[in-house]
Amino acid sequence: MDYQSSELCRFTTAGSVDDGKSTLIGRMLYDSKSIFQDQMEQIEASSLRRGESEVNLALLTDGLKSEREQGITIDVAYRYFATPKRKFIIADTPGHIQYTRNMVTGASTANVALVLVDARNGVVEQTRRHAIIASLLQIPHLVVCINKMDLVDYSEDVYEGIKEDFEKFAAKLDVKDVHFIPISALKGDNVVHRSEKMDWYDGSTLMYYLENVHIASDYNFIDPRFPVQYVVRPNTDEHHDYRGYAGRVAGGIMKKGDDIIVLPSGFTSKIKKIDSFDGELEEAFPPMSVTVLLEDNIDISRGDMIVRVNNQPEVTQDMDIMISWFNERPLISNGKYTIMHTTQEARCMIKDIKYRLDINTLHRDLENKEIKMNDIGRVTLRITKPLFVDAYRKNRITGSVILVDEGTNETVGAGMII
Amino acid sequence: MDYQLNHLKELESESIFILREVASQFENPVLMFSGGKDSILMVYLAQKAFYPGKIPFPLLHIDTGHNFDETIAYRDALVKKTGARLIVGSVQEAIDKGMVVEEKGVNASRNGLQTVALLEALEKGKYDAALGGARRDEEKARAKERFFSHRDEFGQWDPKNQRPELWNLFNAKKQYGEHFRVFPISNWTELDVWQYLAMEKVELPSLYYAHKRDVFERDGVLLADCDFIQKKPGEVVKNMMVRCRTIGDMTCTGVWPSNATTTEDIIEEVATTRMTERGGRTDDKRSETAMEDRKKKGYF
Repeated sequence: MDYQSSELCRFTTAGSVDDGKSTLIGRMLYDSKSIFQDQMEQIEASSLRRGESEVNLALLTDGLKSEREQGITIDVAYRYFATPKRKFIIADTPGHIQYTRNMVTGASTANVALVLVDARNGVVEQTRRHAIIASLLQIPHLVVCINKMDLVDYSEDVYEGIKEDFEKFAAKLDVKDVHFIPISALKGDNVVHRSEKMDWYDGSTLMYYLENVHIASDYNFIDPRFPVQYVVRPNTDEHHDYRGYAGRVAGGIMKKGDDIIVLPSGFTSKIKKIDSFDGELEEAFPPMSVTVLLEDNIDISRGDMIVRVNNQPEVTQDMDIMISWFNERPLISNGKYTIMHTTQEARCMIKDIKYRLDINTLHRDLENKEIKMNDIGRVTLRITKPLFVDAYRKNRITGSVILVDEGTNETVGAGMII
Repeated sequence: MDYQLNHLKELESESIFILREVASQFENPVLMFSGGKDSILMVYLAQKAFYPGKIPFPLLHIDTGHNFDETIAYRDALVKKTGARLIVGSVQEAIDKGMVVEEKGVNASRNGLQTVALLEALEKGKYDAALGGARRDEEKARAKERFFSHRDEFGQWDPKNQRPELWNLFNAKKQYGEHFRVFPISNWTELDVWQYLAMEKVELPSLYYAHKRDVFERDGVLLADCDFIQKKPGEVVKNMMVRCRTIGDMTCTGVWPSNATTTEDIIEEVATTRMTERGGRTDDKRSETAMEDRKKKGYF
């Protein structure tokens, strides 16, 4: 059964309102035959009602009533399609200036970021903003889709010019893998099928790229980290003394017999068994959900972390983070918030705002440091108890936090540990 | 050794993570069990999440009184096998108490009334989290649903005021009286569910496999002939090989002509089919935004 060897790939799309992002997604769904007849009939009818002559593929991804009325996407929408090689999850995020928070949300779990550029306009402010966010969120692979090539006569010069512009700017960013593809989402060139109009381009189509980009090493397989999520204690006759620590491996490879240390207590032991419903496992790696049993009977609860004796995270109550702010009420200097990190929860205080980052230019603003909704900045936190952290660059799971407003319970900010 | 999970194992791991988060972050969760394949998958994943312990929350079934017999038989056997606790909320009871008025006419369905019985059962049990088997690929309003979906004290969903969800950090904080709906299999598609159930050899109710049944056609959908649906003049009952793609109340669950008798046959059928599974749900056909409107009121 070949579906048992198919991998999961998550990508995020970002583009300005008129870059043709929804059309691109509609095109991928349509050309990969992921659209059903009744969905197609529904959008045909809607296109007719709106007085459009062609079927508007963008309508496939415009979910909620209010969005369809305004003709813009206002929230992260998730789309799914599969090819024989991979199953894809698209986090479709709006490109509108107000919605940095949605872009950050969609980017947080993505393997690949698709950045759309309108070939007629070239690299604009929003292109730079999307690339900066992809870089801050450490999306491992970035694909720049130069769209609407049909409107610039499929010109190689236009494509090369935009590519050069982008490369010049991307040199300042922290992105490892950048790829360029000239496409027309509307006409279908180089999306799923190769374009006949651009024989000067000898790279792969977007779909071929997505199916083949190497994502297997996007997780950290070097530094073992196991945040304890839940303690399994069946208390039945059959499993009388069973005490298992359930969680999802956040980094590294864990093996039976490994020497481990439990944080924060500092007790050491060995892994006795890695257990699962399907039987005992020899080893576990990210993102597996397993249950770990130890040789010694130590008191461990949710929020503790099991790590290797010779490879430990930083244990700290003070940290600097890059924060992306989501709330209408600006971040309060010296304000107190709940902080969530892996399976831990604590309170924290904003000790200092270092700077606000201009996400169009990467300029660090040291004067006007107020961090408002959709802003990103660097802040220093003091936390009520030690957290077990890695730099976000090293591990996206143990290097990320969210802040929660203590009054309204809203998630107000997302942070990447520096 | 290749350190890469296949897509089904990765989805499984994500769902197990969510189920364990729910058991940790809420005081009194409940799993909404409809008898359909998605809620069967949820129970199976919950067994995996807490193995070798029992599932640490009860199952809640909202009984419309118009169920397929097979659904109830399967439910009872599953409860026995897993040792889970079962709670039944009744739409008939809500009607008898005068809380809701039954729809009249040939298209009458108790589907909408389920919301009232559900909210009543959630309130009565003081549940602070209701786990549901909804998937984002099912319907366009669900494409924007969160894993942890916050509901106000009236059980309503506000699509514009949802909490952003990043990485695998889930914020389950709430005011007294509010609750959450949690959807652990959000990222699964219909095909994923079938592939997984085949891979794991999970037994399903016979309704999902092709069987002979008396059916009639209405608005392009085949419905099972039963006492709960009034037939219109001219609607003719035929005996056909059919199967269900979703299982809900008999009055709104369409059946499909099919010869798929094994899970592998079903995967083949789903992979090549040209209609979404909810295409057979007459409750979604009422208007283009039927699902969005019902969700705002507190539907599953």
